[in-house]
Amino acid sequence: MSWAKRVQQRAQCLAAIRAFFAARDVLEVQTPVLAAATVTDPDVESIAVPGYGYLQTSPEYQMKRLLCAGVPSIYQLGPVFRHEERGRLHNPEFTMLEWYRLDFNDAQLMQEVAELITHLLGPAEVQTISYRELVGEAVDQPDADRSDLDLRFAQACEHLKPGRYFVVDYPADQAALARLRPDNPTVAARFELVIDGIEIANGYWELQDPAEHHSRFAEDRRVRKARGLPDVEPDTEFLQALEQGLPQCAGVALGVDRLLMLSRRAVRLEPLVPTIDS
Amino acid sequence: MLEGDPCTILENEFVKPGKGQAFNRVKFRNLKNGRVWERTFKSGESLEGADVVDIDMEYLYTDGEFWHFMRTDGSYEQVAATASAVADCKDWLKEQDVYQVTLWNEDPIAVTPPNFVELQVTDTDPGLKGDTANGGTKPATLSTGATIKGVPLFINIGDVLKIDTRTGEYVSRAKG
Repeated sequence: MSWAKRVQQRAQCLAAIRAFFAARDVLEVQTPVLAAATVTDPDVESIAVPGYGYLQTSPEYQMKRLLCAGVPSIYQLGPVFRHEERGRLHNPEFTMLEWYRLDFNDAQLMQEVAELITHLLGPAEVQTISYRELVGEAVDQPDADRSDLDLRFAQACEHLKPGRYFVVDYPADQAALARLRPDNPTVAARFELVIDGIEIANGYWELQDPAEHHSRFAEDRRVRKARGLPDVEPDTEFLQALEQGLPQCAGVALGVDRLLMLSRRAVRLEPLVPTIDS
Repeated sequence: MLEGDPCTILENEFVKPGKGQAFNRVKFRNLKNGRVWERTFKSGESLEGADVVDIDMEYLYTDGEFWHFMRTDGSYEQVAATASAVADCKDWLKEQDVYQVTLWNEDPIAVTPPNFVELQVTDTDPGLKGDTANGGTKPATLSTGATIKGVPLFINIGDVLKIDTRTGEYVSRAKG
């Protein structure tokens, strides 16, 4: 594909995303890409910038600070960074679309994610499958090794029949910052969108309780220590904002480069500018 | 080293769920028996490095069972490679040319040709002017016994051809 065509396609996609949210009165925001604090998540490694802090792995904390300060539903389109993630479907820098909807739960947000995908890729059925259906009974083993589950999950996604799927009912210990289901606290109100075997989006009915945030961050740091990963201090500004109260909301992050890759039927992410070997 | 055999990595794919641990799906070729297979490693797993060295050696001759190579460092030291070590490279072996020989515990386990070799044509149909029925090309047999396709019609027996050993395709007629 020519560079003119690629650039045109990306511009059209970004414009279509902005039009989708403008029509729904969701406001675009820009939060800092470089900030003093970062995530404690043991499966996400930030790029440290000595003297400044970290390149953000997602705008989640910054956008939630805005929500705590009383802004309406918001979205953001911009670069995020992950340390040492490089491959066919990974780049250390990629474009993320993240949005938060006040008064939505996960089911309502899944509906909106499906509508956005229809808006960008055209209509198709989206099936729903539970984490347990996907990964199998291994998830029920009390001593299930997390890395084995992660590998099963990755392989199961690849082996799904081509199409669009929402994966739901993640085990409670993979809740990240989703709340647990009030009617079944063994699973989290978290979902992922998988298209043609590729993870595209990850969303939550957001956890509100500040105390629960503290204990999840502490657990992240315990896992980091056990795996020999660098310790990460929790984001105190974020934790303080939560004390003011995060409104009832659902939020989701979506990989724009992967979506563009799917729309051109490519099998790997493509560079954003010409390189010597392309 | 994998299961006691030296292996070479053909492909290494990074696999990672967004909120999960990273893996590497690695495709190997076993250098002793040529078998190719895939294995997935958790991030942080390690393997013993194989004690192999690549050495430039001059090809001498074959006795039908072994292919004999000699060091080019003035020691005249020779090694005998088996058919499985020479593998597909035997199509490109020309006496007195230099090849890369991979030694594991002093044993030759692989022979790699240069990207381009020049070999003489020993047999090919005489090219008929204007015959474009085969897209203007024909097959030719080389001095090593290998047959390559896609040779232009103007090539005659005795010509020396430049071949790309990675694709096995004709590149040009060698100059001189």
